[in-house]
Amino acid sequence: MTKHLIGGGLLALSCAMFAAGQVATSKISRTPGGTPDLSGIWQALNSANWDLQAHGAEPGPDSRVGAIGAVAPGPGVVDDGEIPYLPAAATQRKQNYKDRWSADPEIKCYMPGVPRATYMPYPFQIIQGSETIMMSYEFADAVRLIPMKNPGPAPADSWMGWSIGHWDGDTLVVDVTSQNDQTWFDRAGDFHSDALHVVERYTPVDANILMYEATIEDPKVFSRQWKISMPLYRHVEKNAQLMEFKCIPFSEDVLYGDVLHGNAGKREGSK
Amino acid sequence: MTVRFVGIVLLGLLPAFGQNWTAPRTSDGHPSLEGIWTNKTITPMERPKDLGDKAFFTPEEAKAYTQAARQRNNKDQRGGGVRDVLYAYNDFWWDSGTKLLGNMRTSIIVDPPDGRIPPLTAHRMAQLQEQAEAIKIRCKQPGCAIANSGQMSPSDKPEELDLMTRCISFGTVVPMMPSAYNNDYQIVQGPGVVAIDTEMVHDVRRIPTDGSPHLPLSVREWIGDPRGHWEGDTLVVDSTNFKGETRVRGGDENLHLIERFTRTGPDTLLYQFTVDDPTAFTKPWSGEIPMTKTEGPLYEYACHEGNIGMKDIIAAAKADEKKAAEQAAGKK
Repeated sequence: MTKHLIGGGLLALSCAMFAAGQVATSKISRTPGGTPDLSGIWQALNSANWDLQAHGAEPGPDSRVGAIGAVAPGPGVVDDGEIPYLPAAATQRKQNYKDRWSADPEIKCYMPGVPRATYMPYPFQIIQGSETIMMSYEFADAVRLIPMKNPGPAPADSWMGWSIGHWDGDTLVVDVTSQNDQTWFDRAGDFHSDALHVVERYTPVDANILMYEATIEDPKVFSRQWKISMPLYRHVEKNAQLMEFKCIPFSEDVLYGDVLHGNAGKREGSK
Repeated sequence: MTVRFVGIVLLGLLPAFGQNWTAPRTSDGHPSLEGIWTNKTITPMERPKDLGDKAFFTPEEAKAYTQAARQRNNKDQRGGGVRDVLYAYNDFWWDSGTKLLGNMRTSIIVDPPDGRIPPLTAHRMAQLQEQAEAIKIRCKQPGCAIANSGQMSPSDKPEELDLMTRCISFGTVVPMMPSAYNNDYQIVQGPGVVAIDTEMVHDVRRIPTDGSPHLPLSVREWIGDPRGHWEGDTLVVDSTNFKGETRVRGGDENLHLIERFTRTGPDTLLYQFTVDDPTAFTKPWSGEIPMTKTEGPLYEYACHEGNIGMKDIIAAAKADEKKAAEQAAGKK
């Protein structure tokens, strides 16, 4: 009995120590100024890039590669479950879905825009400088320079948009405007217009997890604003690093297929 | 502007003056290299041959050289013919600078002392000759320059076109060399990493300073694998693992690039580099550029996304091939 008690006591003690240890190791790192330091290599671990909304598994575009090309299922990352398209936009989305294996800008190695850059199946790196936060994405070498002081309006629309950051407590809030209408949200044809306004929130919940939220507003395409949310995980492996993924060479055969092969869009192996 | 120019010259002449200035520090104690920097200049990469062993301009020579360079670089002078087609942008589009570097050197290259890139090795020369022959065969269009690895030449294979035409990378990253426009770089420093965003086609270099090793040599990257460390207040960056196609001034995949970044004043960042590529060059060569702070922000250069030229280049090559085949058939 006594032995038991001692054992239980030890167990409780070690649990407490473990818990304490956990608190210590999962403390979010901070800059000397006191704001969280989000520097590191992050990646989403979900199938949002296939489709933001809930979706089952599907065959991929090329049966020759079997299971490799298959669409991974996912329960969805849209907060209310569904993207509130306006009627005309819903029709466009259906068309995009039909054309997805040739029209998705990812195929063309185009910069993915925001928020898609965040949840592509490639890591991205946050480099938190004193006045600017750089977000460097492995895919297509896309990059965002996020000033923490408002530099005024964008001079023109661009693929990655115009980002301005500020802190709301421990949350990095990034306001993104002036994206062009060429990017998609996912491989399923979810899209937007040049009126897109995205507000991103990056909140560290422990040392290795950021909660990511993006509120999406686009009166030309959606009937109301909507939100996606997902955790982003820190790459903790010893040799974690972004590597060079210049995908231009992989896109040339598709992009210039009509002049290369004298047949619009046709490429080797496609049906 | 004039005041700043004089300041830079003084700084260069009087190192003691520079020693009174200390670089701002990041939280980890290293000098802050952060900011937006430009290397735009009319100082040539290689010293013009007629300047012989003259490493520095006198003020009079600098004035004369600057005037001549501005005149020469003015893209609003239309010569007619092929030149007008190839250099179709007017002067408004170019931004290659109107000033010599603050160090008053006659070339960016400082070693060898003649300010010129050392000769290629016989082995590399033979390799490039072979490639040039292949280009010559498809190089029938006006403006196709074999000397420039076939740049502007048509080809029906994207992979035969140079990296700039394909928007993969411009020659402004390894080493960081000035070009015709977009000579802007933004450095952002985080714990254990220095990142450089190059405005020219958004090439980003993420340089770990955490002592991590290079990638295995089986992995090759267009702009190489940079690893940094601090030597006092200088960031030293060591890059290897290049692809052969990066071809820095005729170099090959064995390129070993060593770069040094040192803050020398509130508005100056000294950039020094050494190209060590023993299979391509008969000896290493080094250069330096005092970069200066410039106003931002950097803009997005979506080169690939707007690359409508590729289709026309490939179509032109296909048309050439067809014409040649028809002519050959006609002769028979």
